[in-house]
This record gives sequence, structure tokens and C-alpha cells, in this order.
Amino acid sequence: MAKNDLLGASLWDAYSNKVTTLMNNPNHQGEITEEEAAAHSNRLIVADFGAESCGDAVRLYWEVDPKTDIIVNSKFKSFGCGTAIASSDIMTELCVGKTVKEAVKITNIDVEFALRDSPEIPAVPPQKMHCSVMAYDVIKKAAGLYMGVDSESFEEEIIVCECARVSLKTLQEVIKLNDLTTIEQITDYTKAGGFCKSCIRPGGHEKREYYLVDILRDTRREMDEEKMKAAADAGAKGSFESMTLVQQIKAIDAQIDESVRQFLIMDGGDMEVIDVKPSDDYIDVYIRYLGACNGCASSATGTLYAIESTLKEKLSKKIRVLPI
Amino acid sequence: MKVYLDNNATTMVDPLVVEVMQPFFSEIYGNPNSLHKFGTASHPALSKAIDQMYKALNASDNDDIVFTSCATESNNWVLKSIFADHIVSGDKNHIITTEVEHPSVLAACRALEKEGAKVTYLPVNSEGVVESHVVRSFITDKTALVSVMWASNETGMINPIKEIGEICKEKGVLFHSDAVQAIGKIPVDLQDVHVDFVSMSAHKFHGPKGVGALYIRNSQPLSPLLHGGEHMGGRRSGTLNVPYIVAMGKAIELATTNIEEKMASIRAKRDRLEDSLLELSDTFVVGNRKNRTPNTILISIRGVEGEGMLWDLNNGQIGASTGSACASEDLQANTVMLAIGADSELAHTGIRLSLSRFTTDSEIDYAIAHFKKAVARLRAISSSFAKVGPTPGGESKACELHH
Ligand SMILES: Cc1ncc(COP(=O)(O)O)c(C=O)c1O
Ligand code: FES
Repeated sequence: MAKNDLLGASLWDAYSNKVTTLMNNPNHQGEITEEEAAAHSNRLIVADFGAESCGDAVRLYWEVDPKTDIIVNSKFKSFGCGTAIASSDIMTELCVGKTVKEAVKITNIDVEFALRDSPEIPAVPPQKMHCSVMAYDVIKKAAGLYMGVDSESFEEEIIVCECARVSLKTLQEVIKLNDLTTIEQITDYTKAGGFCKSCIRPGGHEKREYYLVDILRDTRREMDEEKMKAAADAGAKGSFESMTLVQQIKAIDAQIDESVRQFLIMDGGDMEVIDVKPSDDYIDVYIRYLGACNGCASSATGTLYAIESTLKEKLSKKIRVLPI
Repeated sequence: MKVYLDNNATTMVDPLVVEVMQPFFSEIYGNPNSLHKFGTASHPALSKAIDQMYKALNASDNDDIVFTSCATESNNWVLKSIFADHIVSGDKNHIITTEVEHPSVLAACRALEKEGAKVTYLPVNSEGVVESHVVRSFITDKTALVSVMWASNETGMINPIKEIGEICKEKGVLFHSDAVQAIGKIPVDLQDVHVDFVSMSAHKFHGPKGVGALYIRNSQPLSPLLHGGEHMGGRRSGTLNVPYIVAMGKAIELATTNIEEKMASIRAKRDRLEDSLLELSDTFVVGNRKNRTPNTILISIRGVEGEGMLWDLNNGQIGASTGSACASEDLQANTVMLAIGADSELAHTGIRLSLSRFTTDSEIDYAIAHFKKAVARLRAISSSFAKVGPTPGGESKACELHH
């Protein structure tokens, strides 16, 4: 929120001229019949996506030359807002002249790009970006029908944010690589979540299979687990320096239990580990004497030396023990 | 021709109202709380406005009508102060409202839920009306407040406020009604019905935006929302918005004198518009028009998506709405359509047309013609009316997830 957000945007004024023109006069609106396709010895493919109850529905018609797999003619029908109509219109235009295999590569990003007046300025405001996603979905469906395969098979990756077409894998990688902790950072790095916002969390414009909040949480958890595991592995290999703090304290305690504590207890004393602070040259282990050790002259000299040398030998040469 | 059919969102300020507020900007500008003449010079006009309000609503002199900045403030005031007075520092824990209230009630209730209030959101029947027996069945001895809107901004449907008032009185529960869409459209007589708090807003009855009021029966206690100076008898702080209060008084007077006559005239135009639009196939209007504010139509047109329809109407210089104006940017399904249990197919096809006393017959003629043209164009594009069906396997499963 800032100055520019105080007045809600005037949605319709943000449309490109192309969007407006096609909304008012779509060029490829209409139907292709079985008879028309047959007259040219072509195959007719008709695919639906969406439904009135979802607020958006599109029907795509393709006349495909079976010898070349080229889409020679295409039309659409649409139940939707103006941008849905304009997106459908440009979609059919993008299909014509392509083979079915080529058409499958058309994405909603291509559709939106084709609707721009100039390459730098988006054709629609962010919250309307989603209208073109339908175009992408219905093309895959039509291609699946033509090729006799499941339309899901065209999808090599799981797309989490449709508006920006960002995949699950990309998101996980970007989060890990850049150590991202917030949704805003994810949007800054990938654009995901920057448009209709449906993909951010449940309850948005549209139901999604994956949400950014979950992906962020799960990836962060995975990162933590990986860190722990790395540390544990390092610990198992004896590399005290690469352990986490908790592991270091545990390891120190274990050593003290094994070779020091019994002697202290025999003399009516004990000790506890207060903190571990690694620096470049030393790993400082702060301890506190308890019972009889507390104030005993040897605790500052002989006992301390014994503790430190044990830990140095068993864990790390860098350890320095400091009683407090 | 330009036709404004979005009067439930806001209305044109009546030029007569503009006229009465004019002197209170640069001529009579003193603070009414000041002792000097500059201040007191506004008192006659302010008392007149107060009289106009009491008269229009038939309020008793023992009641308060406190001017606020808008109905959103009035609604928040009632809900938050009842919460503070009776739930936080009382033995109640429960508020009853409805699913179809304005966001200024719903969002406030949701905020109170986070703070620990229990809120029941009552459903409406297929006419969009809250039934009084439903209200009764949800009242418990822990209920602090019932808040039910007088008439709906989206459907125009009028709730049984008198009956609900009787139930609340009998049960000893406080009753608030957001009457923003009722006042100035239908008679509101506060001696005839038992309501404790009533919210209203001037800009819905040809007054200016940014001034509203809250009626408080019998001047009963309600903690202030705004703390500050002792304005309005300590009930609502903030220097009085003199020109707007004067305007609100004039506006309510103009809207409510001879209201039956005014209603009849608007109703005639509305009914003619509605009848003509219903000549289109596959359309329906929400709610029986006898129990509806006389200016409102919420019509569903199969196969024509609401925003697309608004676009076409806008191209024809007609201003309408798909629902509440506040909601017009998030483009969701019409929640009221969903709440009345309309087929979810229709939730995206609702268009609200709302007239005012300034709407003319020739505007209605123009609107009818253009509306029909728009429906014809959009249905010609609509997949819902396509003839060639999908290739086997190409049918869509309702609301599938995109991949
Ligand atoms: C039923 C209802 N309640 C409350 C409001 C809010 O009124 P205001 O704009 O004065 O805050 C409106 C209008 O927007 C309304 O229709
Ligand atoms: S899916 Fe629209 S912003 Fe991500």
C-alpha cells in the first residue's frame, strides 16, 4: 500500500487498445461445423474448458489437415468477461497455421504478449492476467483430443503460478538458492503471485492445487532438515566444527559425562555447560562449576586444564574452556 | 444518451441539496461549538437538519440521531461498541447477523470474531430474505446483538424488520439495522418498529458522500467509537461537518416527503424495465417485486457473464453493477446470488440495475434497447449458446483446476 494504491485502479482503463478492440469485435468468434471440416477433408476438433458456474468458459474449434497436422482454421465461443473474449480471439489467431504439436507450445504468456500494444506494457492489469490461462488449457485439451492422448501428458512440470507460469521446481530452487523467507521475496524473484494472487494462499480468485505459502513453508522445512542432516552427518564423521550449536553442546556433555564428571562428583562437585561460542580462532566453551568445585582452587588450574585437554583431544583443537 | 442505473452504489446530489449547503463553506464557517457569532450562526441550519432527520424517520425526541462520517462508521460503531460494552465488559458472547450484509458489517463482525466474539451469519431464503423465525431460533441468553439490514443493496429485498424487532424486544436482545438502502426508498417509521440502532448514509438518497448517521433508541448507552472533544453530546467527537449535516437534513426531507408518490413513480419505471428485460429468454430476477425496494432489479441473464455485460452497457453509456460497487474490483461471483442458493451458474450472470427519482422514461427506453442489444451480441459469442458440441472427451468437467 502506498500513494498509488489509495484509489483502486480503474480496471478497464488499463487494457491495451488491442484488448479493447477485440473485446468489442472479436475476429474469430463463431463455430466450425462437422460438414465444413469434412468438405475440406479436414478433422474437426472441439474442446471445452471451464463452465458458466466457474465464471469463465471457452469452446475452441480447430479444423486440422490430417495429412500435415496443421490447424488450417480456428474459432471460439466464450462465456466470460471482455479479456476472456479478447484472449480467446488472439488464441485462435495464434493457432492457425501451426501444427498441433507447435500449438501445444502456446502459453498464456504468449497470448497476453500478443495482446500488447507495445512489447513493454502489459495488455491487462495484474488481476486480469489470469483470463488468458484458459486459452492455454483449452489448447492442450484440443491437442490431446486430436492426438488421442491425455492433455496432462503435455505438461512436463507442475505450474504453481499460472499467471507468471512458474513451476514448482523453479520455486523450490529459487527459495533454496536465495534463502527466501517471504512471499514478497518470491514475487520479487520470480513474479509468481504478482498477478491474480490465486496461487498465494487458499481463498483467492480461484482454487489451486499448490499454494505459495505451503511451498515456502515446506521448502523452508526441507532446508532446515537438510541443514540438520548435514550437521548430523558431519558430527558422525567427527567434524565438531560443522555441528549445530545444540549438537555441539550435546557432544561436549557426552565427553564430560564420559571422562570428567565422575571425578568432580567424587570430590562433591559438578559442572554444567552454559554456552558455546565459535569464533575464527577458538571455539569457546563456557562452563559453570557447581557444588564443591565452586571456589576450589584447582578448578581454575588443574581441573580446568583436564577438562580442556579432554575436549581438545576428543572434539576439536580449537576448543578453549572458560569458567564463569 | 447517458443513463445512470447504479443508484444503489451512490446517487447524484440533488441540486436543491447543493444549494442549501453552499453558504456553509465560505460564509458561515464558524465552529458550531464556539461561543461567538461565527460559530452560533450555523445553529439554526443545524437544528433544522436535526428536525428534518427526526421528522423523516418519525423518531422520538428521547432518541438520538447522531451524525457520523458514513454508514460504514455507523455500522462499525454499533458492532464494536456493543462488543466492548456487552461482550468484553459484560456477560454476553454472541452476535447474530446475516450472510448478505454489507462489508461494513461483515468485515467488522469477522474482526470481532478474531477478538473472541461468537458470530452467527444467518442464511437467507431463495428470495434473499432473512426469515424472522430463523432469527428467533438462533438467539441465546448470551446474544448481545442482532444486526439485520433493512433492505439489501444487491437485491433490494426488504427484511421483516418489524417482526425481528418484536422478537428482539421479547427476548431482550439489542437490535441494529443497516437501513442505508431503505431510507429514502421506502417508508421507515421508527415509532412503528422496534429497533435500537439504525445506520444510514446521505449519499444513497441524493445527499453528499461522507456523511451518515446513527439512530440510537431512547438515547441508550453505547460507548463512543471516536474519542475526542465532546461533540454531539459526547457521543461522536469531531468538529461537526456543518455543510454536510445541513445537506443530509435537506436530502432526507426531499426523499421522504410524499414518499408513496415518489415510490409509485420509480416503481412504474422499474417495473416497465424489468418486464421488458424479462422478455428475453433464460433470464430471471431475484425476489418478488412486491417485497423489494421500488428502484432495484437484480437480473440474471444465462450465458452472459456479468462483467462482460457491464462492459457492453458501459459502451452504451449505461452505468450498472454486477453487485456491490465495493466488490467490483475483485470480480468474484456475486455472493448474494450464492447465498440465495441460486444455481452457481447464475452467480456470474447477475446485473444490478438501480433507478432513482431522477431516472426518466426516455432513459428507461434507451436502457431497454441497449440492454437487449448487448445481450444479443454477447449471447452470439457465448459458449453457452454454441450449437456444435465438443468432440467426445472434450467436454469440460465443471470448474476444473488449470494445469
Ligand atoms: C447496505 C449498505 N450499508 C452500508 C453502506 C456503506 O455506506 P457508506 O458509503 O456511507 O459508508 C452501503 C453503501 O455502500 C450499503 O449499501
Ligand atoms: S496464478 Fe495468478 S498470480 Fe499466480
